[in-house]
Amino acid sequence: MNLFLAMLPTIMTAATPLLLAAVGELVVERSGVLNLGVEGMMIIGAVTAFAGAQATGSPYAGMVCGILAGAAFSLLFGFLTLTLVANQVATGLSLTILGLGLSGMIGDSFVGTPGIQMGALPIPGLAEIPVVGPILFSHDLIFYLSILLVIAVHWFLFRTRTGLELRSIGDNHDSAHALGMGVIRVRYLAVMFGGACAGLAGAQLSLVYTPQWTENMTAGRGWIALALVVFASWRPVWVLVGAYLFGAVSIGQFNAQAFGFGIPSQFLSSMPYLATVVVLVLISRNRRLTLMNTPACLGKPFVPDR
Amino acid sequence: MKKLLLALTASLGMIAAAQAQDKDPTLACFVYVGSHNDGGYSEGHDKARLFLQKEMGDEVKTKYVENVSEGPDATRVLQQLARSGCNIIFATSFGFMDSVVKVAKQFPDVKFEHATGYKTADNLATYNARFYEGRYILGKIAAKKSKTGTAGYIVSFPIPEVVRGIDSFMLGAQSVNPDFKIKIVWVNTWFDPGKEADAAKALFDQGVDIIVQHTDSPAPLQIAEKRGKFGFGQASDMSKFAPDAQLTAIVDHWGPYYVQRVKALRDGTWKSQSSWEGLKDKILIMAPYENMSADTKKMAEETEQKIKDGFDPFTGPITKQDGSVWLKKGETAKDETLLGLNFYVKGVDDKLPQ
Amino acid sequence: MRLEIERRATRSSLYAALSPFIALALTVVAGGIMFAALGKDPFSALYSFFIAPLTSAWSLNQLAIKSAPLILIAVGLSVCFSSRNWNIGAEGQFIAGALMGSILPVMAPDWTSPLLLPIILVLGMVGGALYAAIPAILKAEFNANEILSSLMLVYVAQLFLDWTVRGPWRDPQGFNFPQTIQFSDSATLPPIYAGGAAHWGFVFALVAAVVTWFMLRRTLKGFEIRVLGESSRAGRFAGFSSRRMVYFSFLFSGALAGLAGICEVSGAINQLQPVISPGYGFTAIIVAFLGRLNPLSIVVAGLVLGLTYLGGEAAQITIGLSEKVARVFQGFLLFFVLGCDTLILYRIRLVSSRRASGEEAAQ
Repeated sequence: MNLFLAMLPTIMTAATPLLLAAVGELVVERSGVLNLGVEGMMIIGAVTAFAGAQATGSPYAGMVCGILAGAAFSLLFGFLTLTLVANQVATGLSLTILGLGLSGMIGDSFVGTPGIQMGALPIPGLAEIPVVGPILFSHDLIFYLSILLVIAVHWFLFRTRTGLELRSIGDNHDSAHALGMGVIRVRYLAVMFGGACAGLAGAQLSLVYTPQWTENMTAGRGWIALALVVFASWRPVWVLVGAYLFGAVSIGQFNAQAFGFGIPSQFLSSMPYLATVVVLVLISRNRRLTLMNTPACLGKPFVPDR
Repeated sequence: MKKLLLALTASLGMIAAAQAQDKDPTLACFVYVGSHNDGGYSEGHDKARLFLQKEMGDEVKTKYVENVSEGPDATRVLQQLARSGCNIIFATSFGFMDSVVKVAKQFPDVKFEHATGYKTADNLATYNARFYEGRYILGKIAAKKSKTGTAGYIVSFPIPEVVRGIDSFMLGAQSVNPDFKIKIVWVNTWFDPGKEADAAKALFDQGVDIIVQHTDSPAPLQIAEKRGKFGFGQASDMSKFAPDAQLTAIVDHWGPYYVQRVKALRDGTWKSQSSWEGLKDKILIMAPYENMSADTKKMAEETEQKIKDGFDPFTGPITKQDGSVWLKKGETAKDETLLGLNFYVKGVDDKLPQ
Repeated sequence: MRLEIERRATRSSLYAALSPFIALALTVVAGGIMFAALGKDPFSALYSFFIAPLTSAWSLNQLAIKSAPLILIAVGLSVCFSSRNWNIGAEGQFIAGALMGSILPVMAPDWTSPLLLPIILVLGMVGGALYAAIPAILKAEFNANEILSSLMLVYVAQLFLDWTVRGPWRDPQGFNFPQTIQFSDSATLPPIYAGGAAHWGFVFALVAAVVTWFMLRRTLKGFEIRVLGESSRAGRFAGFSSRRMVYFSFLFSGALAGLAGICEVSGAINQLQPVISPGYGFTAIIVAFLGRLNPLSIVVAGLVLGLTYLGGEAAQITIGLSEKVARVFQGFLLFFVLGCDTLILYRIRLVSSRRASGEEAAQ
């Protein structure tokens, strides 16, 4: 039990970047746009956050840089896919290639420089609660933001008029356009929101998770985030479940190894991937629910008729 | 007249060629499996390349190709380098082995050097460092320093290099504390700061107070620093990342070897060989011993000296994990066994894939 | 000022032919500026990228080796994507094919027969298809989204390959290094012509492209794929089953990815090792869309992308351009090509915002 409690903060740190990037991508996909460039935006966020923190000495300034850079970088995707109606899948993948290369160029001089750690911000009062306090309320700012974002996105999508608009654009952009909604404008904003979240996820990597800059340090986390959106059937709260499930299995398998069960490590390492597939299969049984939540226009180009 | 002119230009050409042979810098080329500044293994080789450049000045020109995948990509890059006029090519990753063998056969005039492999040819040499000597010292330090009597060991992949390290570390630790234990976590990657950090946290959560790593990023040390625990740097001195946690580090130091080989090529004394040097040849060096008592530091320094004077960490009596005898008293391990080492010594609590 | 695009009445065949060249010109300009800004000679950099790899028989062979898996996989994916089945796990199917195809060369190395090579290739295709069948079954029978399952299975395949070459299939004479024994000569895919380096995988890629093109454009199956891709409802009215299409497209693309995998192993690497693909399965997704899901254009797209990889290495060697810059340049090229393709279906106009809003008001 004690070990499990000790594992929780580790799981949270591991799940946070996945959660952030996935929540951002969820909003993008709900608006009907499929951006496979999460990995690229994330790594751009990581390198600019690191650079920003180095330049200003403040991890918070660094975090803001990461968010802005992620959003700015996503505009490139937005311009190509929304204004020029380029293919979304290919553009997203190209964005990843560009992001990995560009971050390597920008970060060239930062390799081998220790980063600035974003410290914990215990919430006064709550953090003193025994057992629960240290686990839930003694984290860094980005962790709190990740939880707030899930709540905010859920509220936005299902409780606000704009959220409804965004969802209807994702479900049927032609009729949304006919009803006078600004399809392109909303999608631009959604894409930028996704970029900002991916940038924040990157900032978490280079400021909290492992305060350093190294090329490719996202190591495929953007891809996992993409999978989590699908896993969650485009529902924010389920993204939270998915990210924590994935994090828990990843950390759990390290602990299992340390116990020395003697199972080949490759099989243990593949557990998080298999677990997500199995759980997806279980929760996808309800055909109506998935159909209801899948944005029908996902990945389809939109050009307003004039 | 025309003939004379022709002869003249021809002889001039020959003189020029002869002079060029004297003065032309040697072109030394490097192939990295990672990025030239990956902060780990490939960066170690790139630092050595710069060392070579600095030591030999105008006599040498260097080039490198980074992030080369093992397989057809490596073959192509090696061929391209050979075609572009490289005189000597250092292929710095084990996985390039069969590519190097193939390309060396195609370009008999170019010299090839392959790191950590075992296949040689007339124009193909291999080189390696006895990193396990350093790990023996780490083991002794860990056993002396640890309060819990247990160290965590973060490892990448079960290849002989890694297994040698684990065994040697364990032998060092057991020479101080016969009951010393290690917990092993395989992360199945050479480089993923996040995963390495997670593994370190998992190990600390299970009560170890010192971690050893055979992966490339400084992330585990950063975790040790944060938790007030200890660890060792890998491939380079990582004390910048963990000034209060790094006890020492095994530092890759390929530079002198590169200088020696390029000089040999220029002298005409280059011969194919299988070089496997250690602490005494300075191909690996120990970072300063820090964050430990004077007593422990003294022990570490003495051990280092002992190894430099010829002590082999793999000196019997050594029992294998399964309880059978590996080396009798006074017997030392053969290089061939070490090269392909795939069993643990007694006391290691883990299973190798067979 | 803003950009406005308008759908053309018909596809512009002028721009279909012209847009790659516009994209190339833009890439050359943008890349040239970037190289100059980095202090490298833009002309020799561009030469290394686009011309140098085409100047010798050696480099043409290398180009064929590099592009073969990209084209093979992308051709298969074109069927998947045309029918809107998002198979993004070709990387895993590539590995599965390589593993399945390696069973005979690794476990029965002494068996030689003229039939051996064909069997190996077929097994490779079967392996890839079987592995692709998993996300297909999960999608068709359990309604589980294929983006997730196919992607996750990539990691599982990579780890499984890793375990195989370190455990049961490790070369007993290999000093316990993680690789299998070398394939025997009769299990090795030979070069296309004696003395060349490029193996038959490239020919298979071309054949696959032509056959698939024929199937997509000239057969009922192709019609079915396109109709179901447009809308599954319309497909149902026409009597086509989208469930059957899930199986068909996944098995088809899986088989081609598997073939690519076994060709790479048997023709180029000659043994299994922990990593056998530098991400071909993912890059092929880009190739498929660069080729506008047309198998014949995919051949060109695969060659162009292969060229930029080779060019990136050449630029590292000749002018010391870093590998990151090469990636960025590759990104430029992809963006320009994708952006310029807009011109085929759409007209782009630059309008001042005042006029635009005036028009709207008039409407």
